[in-house]
Amino acid sequence: MADEKDREEIIVAEFHKKIKEAFEVFDHESNNTVDVREIGTIIRSLGCCPTEGELHDLIAEVEEEEPTGYIRFEKFLPVMTEILLERKYRPIPEDVLLRAFEVLDSAKRGFLTKDELIKYMTEEGEPFSQEEMEEMLSAAIDPESNSINYKDYITMMVIDEN
Amino acid sequence: MGSGTSTQHHFAFQNAERAFKAAALIQRWYRRYVARLEMRRRCTWSIFQSIEYAGQQDQVKLHDFFSYLMDHFIPSSHNDRDFLTRIFTEDRFSQDSEMEKCSDYESIEVPDSYTGPRLSFPLLPDHATALVEAFRLKQQLHARYVLNLLYETKKHLVQLPNINRVSTCYSEEITVCGDLHGQLDDLIFIFYKNGLPSPERSYVFNGDFVDRGKDSVEILMILFAFMLVYPKEFHLNRGNHEDHMVNLRYGFTKEVMNKYKVHGKEILRTLQDVFCWLPLATLIDEKVLILHGGVSDITDLELLDKIERSKIVSTMRCKTRQKSEKQMEEKRKANQKSSAQGPIPWFLPESRSLPSSPLRLGSYKAQKTSRSSSIPCSGSLDGRELSRQVRSSVELELERCRQQAGLLVTGEKEEPFRSASEADSEAGELRKPTQEEWRQVVDILWSDPMAQEGCKANTIRGGGCYFGPDVTQQLLQKYNLQFVIRSHECKPEGYEFCHNRKVLTIFSASNYYEVGSNRGAYVKLGPALTPHIVQYQANKVTHTLTMRQRISRVEESALRALREKLFAHSSDLLSEFKKHDADKVGLITLSDWAAAVESVLHLGLPWQMLRPQLVNSSADNMLEYKSWLKNLAKEQLSRENIQSSLLETLYRNRSNLETIFRIIDSDHSGFISLDEFRQTWKLFSSHMNIDITDDCICDLARSIDFNKDGHIDINEFLEAFRLVEKSCPEGDASECPQATNAKDSGCSSPGAH
Repeated sequence: MADEKDREEIIVAEFHKKIKEAFEVFDHESNNTVDVREIGTIIRSLGCCPTEGELHDLIAEVEEEEPTGYIRFEKFLPVMTEILLERKYRPIPEDVLLRAFEVLDSAKRGFLTKDELIKYMTEEGEPFSQEEMEEMLSAAIDPESNSINYKDYITMMVIDEN
Repeated sequence: MGSGTSTQHHFAFQNAERAFKAAALIQRWYRRYVARLEMRRRCTWSIFQSIEYAGQQDQVKLHDFFSYLMDHFIPSSHNDRDFLTRIFTEDRFSQDSEMEKCSDYESIEVPDSYTGPRLSFPLLPDHATALVEAFRLKQQLHARYVLNLLYETKKHLVQLPNINRVSTCYSEEITVCGDLHGQLDDLIFIFYKNGLPSPERSYVFNGDFVDRGKDSVEILMILFAFMLVYPKEFHLNRGNHEDHMVNLRYGFTKEVMNKYKVHGKEILRTLQDVFCWLPLATLIDEKVLILHGGVSDITDLELLDKIERSKIVSTMRCKTRQKSEKQMEEKRKANQKSSAQGPIPWFLPESRSLPSSPLRLGSYKAQKTSRSSSIPCSGSLDGRELSRQVRSSVELELERCRQQAGLLVTGEKEEPFRSASEADSEAGELRKPTQEEWRQVVDILWSDPMAQEGCKANTIRGGGCYFGPDVTQQLLQKYNLQFVIRSHECKPEGYEFCHNRKVLTIFSASNYYEVGSNRGAYVKLGPALTPHIVQYQANKVTHTLTMRQRISRVEESALRALREKLFAHSSDLLSEFKKHDADKVGLITLSDWAAAVESVLHLGLPWQMLRPQLVNSSADNMLEYKSWLKNLAKEQLSRENIQSSLLETLYRNRSNLETIFRIIDSDHSGFISLDEFRQTWKLFSSHMNIDITDDCICDLARSIDFNKDGHIDINEFLEAFRLVEKSCPEGDASECPQATNAKDSGCSSPGAH
C-alpha cells in the first residue's frame, strides 16, 4: 500500500515538472501567468486532445472569477495534473482517424476533393477558421489532383509526429 | 410511402450526424497537431536565442579577460611582451593618422576590366540606385570606390549631432527599419516594396547593418550612398554591431577580408572610424525616439547630446579617463621603483582601470541586484571596495592561469609592459570618454526591455541593462516623448510592442536564425506618428513550404546547434550525471537527465520537451548516459587521432578561438606562424583551464600545418576541426568562402551540418 502511494507521488512529481515546463514556454513575462489564448496549445502539447468545447470548459475552470485574460499557474497546475492522472482527452488512434475520413468519403474513392474537404471542415463539427483551413490545405492537398488521399496524409502526419 | 420517407429521413439524419462527428474528430485531431507544431516552434526559438545570447556573454568575458591581462599582466620575457603588444596593436590606431589613410584611395587604380559600378563624387541619386541594382546582380564594388565612399561618409557624419532631429514636415512619411545583419535580400525587398529613398520618402535605419549575413559590405555601401545623396531624409543610427571588436567575432571582418584581399585592412581601419561617428539616436518631431538597444534608469539625453561620440570606438573595451595625470605619474614611478627591487607584485594597490564590461566579472551575483545608481553592481559599494572585489575574483583566476602558463613574474630587466601602453595612453588621455559617458552609450546600444518594473543589469548579453515599463514611462515623461522605437532583438513576427505600446521593437532581418525562422518588418510613421507595420519574409523558399516543413527545417538547425553545445560539455555532463547515479548503475532517470543538462549548460531551455529529439534510446524512463554521450561524440568527431577532450574544449570555445586568432592575426593576413599559434594556445588553454603539455601543443600545431611551411591558415585550422561557422546559405556550398580553400572538408561533409 505504501509502495503504491510512493509510486503515485513520483508520478505526480513528474507530471508537475512537465506541466511547469510547458507552461513556462508561454510565460513571457516570467510571472507565472500565460495568455488564456495559449492554454489550448499548452494542454495539447502535453498529450491531450480535447474538443474546442471541452477546452472552453477547461478554461472556465482555470480562469479567475473575473477573467483577466491571463491564467495563473497555481490554478492551472492542479487541474492539469488531474487530467493527466485520469488520462482524459486521449489522442485519437490512427485507425479511428482513418474511419472518420472514410465516413466523409461516402463513395469510398480513397480520397476527398479539395472542395469537399473545405465544406466539411468549415461547415461541420467545430468549424475551422479560414487560417486553419488554408494551413491544412497547403499540406494535405495534392496540387495535381486537387484532392487529398487521406490514407497517405495520415501516414505522413503520423510519421512527422514521431 | 410514409414509412419509406421517415426511414429515408432517419438514414439521412444518421448520416448527417455521422458526418458531423467525423468532421469534429478530424478537426480535434488536427488542432492538436497544430498545437504541437507551435510548441516545437517556440522551443526552437528558445534554443536559438539562448545560444545567441550565451555567445554574446562569452565575448564580453573574453574581452574583459584581455583587458585585465593588458592592464595587469607583466610578461617575463621580451618575446611574451612583444606578443601581447601585438595582440592589442590593432586596438591602438591613433585617430590622427586616419585622415591621411583615408585619402589614400586616390592612388588605387581601377583596371579597365572592372565591370562593376563606378562612383564619382558628389554622388547623385542615380549612382545610389545603380549601386542597389549592381549589388542585386551580385557585382562587387571596387576597393577604390569603397574607400572613397567611406571617406565622404565620414566627412558627412562628422557634421551630424549625436541625436539626429528629424521633422515630418519635410517628407510625407518616415520608414524605420531595424537590424539587417548583412542580409541584402531584405534591404532590396524593403526598397522594392516600400520604394527607394527620396525627398518625399524618409528612412531611418536603426543599427546592426553588419555581421552574420554575407552582404554586410554591400548594405553599408547602399546605406552610406543614400545618406550622402539625401542627407536630410536618410538617417542612420549606430548599433552594437557597428563596432570593430564585435565584427571580429560575428563575421564582418571575415567578409571584408574575403572580398577585398588587397585593401581589406584599409577598409576595416577606415570603417572603425566611420562607425564611431555614426549618430547614436534619431528623434522625430521631438516625439518619437529611435535608438538601437533601449534605455536605462540613468539615460540622460542631454548628456548624450553633448558627448564626443567618436571617443567611443568600441563598446567592448573601454579605456576610461583616469583621475588625474599626477596620480598616474606617481603610479608609474612606483612601478619602476618596485621593478628595480625585485618581483613586481601581481596585485597592485590601485587598479589602473576596471574591467570594461558594465557587468563586473561576478556576473551571477549582479543578476540579483537591481540598478539604482550608475555603479552597475551594487549601489552600496564604494569604488575601492568594488574594485577590490573584482580584482580578487579575477586575480584568483589569473593567478592560476599564470602558473599554468608558466609565465613567471620574476626580477625584471626590461621595463614593465604597462609603461609602454601607459605612455601611449597619457597622450591619448583626453581622447577617452569618462566612465559615465561610456555607460550612457552602452546602455542605449545594448539594453533590452523587460516586463517587470525596475532596471537591472543585462546578464544575458553581458552589456547594458533590462529596463521595465516604469523606466520607459519615466523617460517619456522627462523628455515629453510619445514612444520609443528600438531594434536589437529578433522577433518571430519582425516586430513587437511592449510597455503598453510605448516601446516598439522592429527587426528587419527575416529568416535570421534559419530559413523560415521569422519574418522581418519595418514601420511607417504617418502625419500623426501612428505606427503602421509591414511584414515580409524575403526568401522564395519559405513561401512554398508548409508550416510543418518550415518548422522542421528551423528545428533541425536549432537541434544541431544544441547537440554541438552538449558535446562541447561532455566532461562536465558526465560528472553531473554521475552525481545522479549514486549506485553507479550507469543509469539515470530522464528527469534527472533534464536537471543535469540544465545545470551544466545554463540555457534555461525546456529540456523535458526537447528530450525526445535529443535522446533516442531510453528503456522505461531510464537513460544509459555513458552510451548517450558516446553517441553524441560519434556524431561530432571528425578525426579519431585528436583527443576527444581537446576537441570538446575547442568546440566549446570555438567562437572565442576564432576571435582570438583574428586578434593575433593583426595584419589580417589569414596566417599565423606556428610560434604564434603555440603562444596563443598556451594563453588560451591556461584561461580555459585545459591541462595540456607543450609537446601536445607542438604536435597539434604541426599536424595542422598541412603544407609544412611554418604557417597556419586560420580557415584551414578551423576547417580541420569542423569549427567553421555556418556562414553560407543552406545548400549553397559554392558561396561559402571556406569552400574555395578546402573543397573536400567544406560545408557538404557528412556529420557536420
